Amino acid sequence: MSVQHYQASQFKQQASDALANQTLRSNFRGAMDYLQQKRKDAFSDPQELAQLREHAENIRQRCLSKLPQLLEQLEKNCQANGIQVHWAEDAKQAQQLIAELIQSQGATKVVKGKSMVTEEIELNQHLEGLGIECVESDMGEYIVQLAKETPSHIIMPAIHKNKQQVADLFQQHIKDFDYTLSVDKLIQTGREALRTKFKQAEVGISGVNFAVAETGTLCLVENEGNGRMTTTVPPVHIAVTGIEKVVEFLSDVPPLFSILTRSATGQHITTYFNMISGPRRAPERDGPNEVHLVLLDNGRSQAYADEALRKTLQCIRCGACMNHCPVYTRVGGHAYGTTYPGPIGKIISPHLQGLAQTSDLVTASSLCGACEEVCPVKIPIPSLLQRLRHDAKLPAAEQTPSLKGQASAASWTEHTAWRMWAWLSTHPSIYNWAMAVGVKLAKYLPMPMGEWTRCRNKPELASQTFHQTMKRRASKSLTRSATGGGR
Amino acid sequence: MSETGLRIYPSKPSKVYFYATCLLDLLDPDGGLAAIELIEREGVEVIWVEKQSCCGQPAYTSGYQEQAKTVALSQMGLFPKDYPIVVMSGSCAGMMFKHYPHLFANDDIYADQAEAFAERVFEFSEFLAHICRAKLHDQGPLTSVVLHTSCSGRRELGIHASSQALLSQLDKVELKKAEYESECCGFGGSFSLRHSEISQAMVEDKARHLQGSGASYLVSADWGCLANINGHLAYRGEASRFNGQHLASFLWQRTKGAKA
Repeated sequence: MSVQHYQASQFKQQASDALANQTLRSNFRGAMDYLQQKRKDAFSDPQELAQLREHAENIRQRCLSKLPQLLEQLEKNCQANGIQVHWAEDAKQAQQLIAELIQSQGATKVVKGKSMVTEEIELNQHLEGLGIECVESDMGEYIVQLAKETPSHIIMPAIHKNKQQVADLFQQHIKDFDYTLSVDKLIQTGREALRTKFKQAEVGISGVNFAVAETGTLCLVENEGNGRMTTTVPPVHIAVTGIEKVVEFLSDVPPLFSILTRSATGQHITTYFNMISGPRRAPERDGPNEVHLVLLDNGRSQAYADEALRKTLQCIRCGACMNHCPVYTRVGGHAYGTTYPGPIGKIISPHLQGLAQTSDLVTASSLCGACEEVCPVKIPIPSLLQRLRHDAKLPAAEQTPSLKGQASAASWTEHTAWRMWAWLSTHPSIYNWAMAVGVKLAKYLPMPMGEWTRCRNKPELASQTFHQTMKRRASKSLTRSATGGGR
Repeated sequence: MSETGLRIYPSKPSKVYFYATCLLDLLDPDGGLAAIELIEREGVEVIWVEKQSCCGQPAYTSGYQEQAKTVALSQMGLFPKDYPIVVMSGSCAGMMFKHYPHLFANDDIYADQAEAFAERVFEFSEFLAHICRAKLHDQGPLTSVVLHTSCSGRRELGIHASSQALLSQLDKVELKKAEYESECCGFGGSFSLRHSEISQAMVEDKARHLQGSGASYLVSADWGCLANINGHLAYRGEASRFNGQHLASFLWQRTKGAKA
């Protein structure tokens, strides 16, 4: 059975299904409430938070401003450390490259730590097709893999499931599982099942949280120790990362790490923080013999090319925007049909998949601004959504060549309607007349309000507009002053 | 608005321009009159510019920036004197304060004008609380009220506390808190039509939380949210007197017999 596949273009249907699923909604509400509180507790001093955010934003902007040269420096320093560096322009190239690396070892057993970029390139499915078993070693990812699903959150992939659902999955897939709803026992069961996989694996695949150009170091943030096992036990380690994850200096890492973990799970630090600076050296007794780094573009350079959209790449993948988004909280991650769901997904996915596929995502926000408020690196997500909405609606003639799928949501009727609205709004006397007629006629017309009346009555319009009210008020006060009256 | 949320306010002016917004124009002229009475009571003359229409936000949030710009430009031209502009809805104030400068940021001719215009924009509760420093004397009977703070007021203007500051001056009104106070009501302009099912889930929760506060009255300084929440309350047949009203109406009803 292949993985349950969701599509960004099917967002509306998928969201509708999710909204109807009461278990899913209560799982998400509970989890998001918990994570919001954890973050709040971790940043109890607003002054400190403001400074940290400013600092983190500056680091990310500085590093992105010199991205091409930092990537070259990273490559050079990684190679000097004995890490083999590879470049992939798109998902397909990355799939092939990684598969070849695995096959050149004659390997068929792979473990993989949590890495959203490998979800983005659908690595598991590709490897499976080549007869290579790739087991997820992060507990959440492992659960999701057993369920034949994709992650529903970028930090907590199985957050949409409750313990009952996990226990049922384990019963189905893990031999001799002693059925329990104890979370500790469930985790223990998962860990034991994975322990065997680590021992057997010939290749370990991981993501990268920060790649340090200055030293050629790959940093990996994790809580379970599976990342360390994945990157040290198998004889070959392949790290995969998007090109935007590079930072300039080693000293850029601590502030980013600190604000990443607190924004994500409310932890001041994680249980493990790995810094990988090359394969095993003599006389070291453990660690892989080979370390590879795959640098993936897959649409990122499109965002990079535009000064405003470049801010999208500041993201350090903490998931705080999801945890605080009222839309994500209600529909969950799968509804988006993208690797990165929630607010950040809405602004990064158009670069990965094109605007034609994702034009419903960019409108699926009330622009409430909760995402921008919590973003540790201050990405102006609502403004970027506005920008992408604009690009999706551009009439074809106004296209600039920077964005895939530009103008894909353009509609002549909608455009004309807004032009008429603009004309009306800039012709005061006609506008006032139209509004006055509108409020007079509204009650006699069976005005269809379509989607509005799904859960609301038609707005009750006043018997006269404010413009009319003020006209009467003015004429009354004129009469008053003429007759010497007052208030 | 900065994280510390501080805007430096001018001293009380002698005159202000009044920006009703298209929602108030159509839905709540009485709220507009109440606001004018409250401002005039503070000794500030209110100038009504009849040619105003809409701030342009509907086009802007729908991705039609050119149309939004056209409308924004026409509105910016209507208030030539240097007086503050008092805006009767948080989201429209947010549009004029935050998004006008953004819309014209790369415009050689209008960038400065948009910046200068934005500086003069104040949402009604912000103006009454921080510039007039109004002292309110409660004349009404004992009751309770719950405030819905809008996302624009909170995150674009940083003034979610100013409505609360005004209401807390009313000594016979208990100000109740709703759960999930800072969460969006699900309006979002065209969002409520394009993604009506998600919007529905949001407004259902919002209405439940507001009613769960146990307050007798609902007030807000944002007519976008009120149109959404009131529409839903009415749909459920639960509107009655809990139906949300503009903060100005409530304040005026409670204080109109009082001397300033």
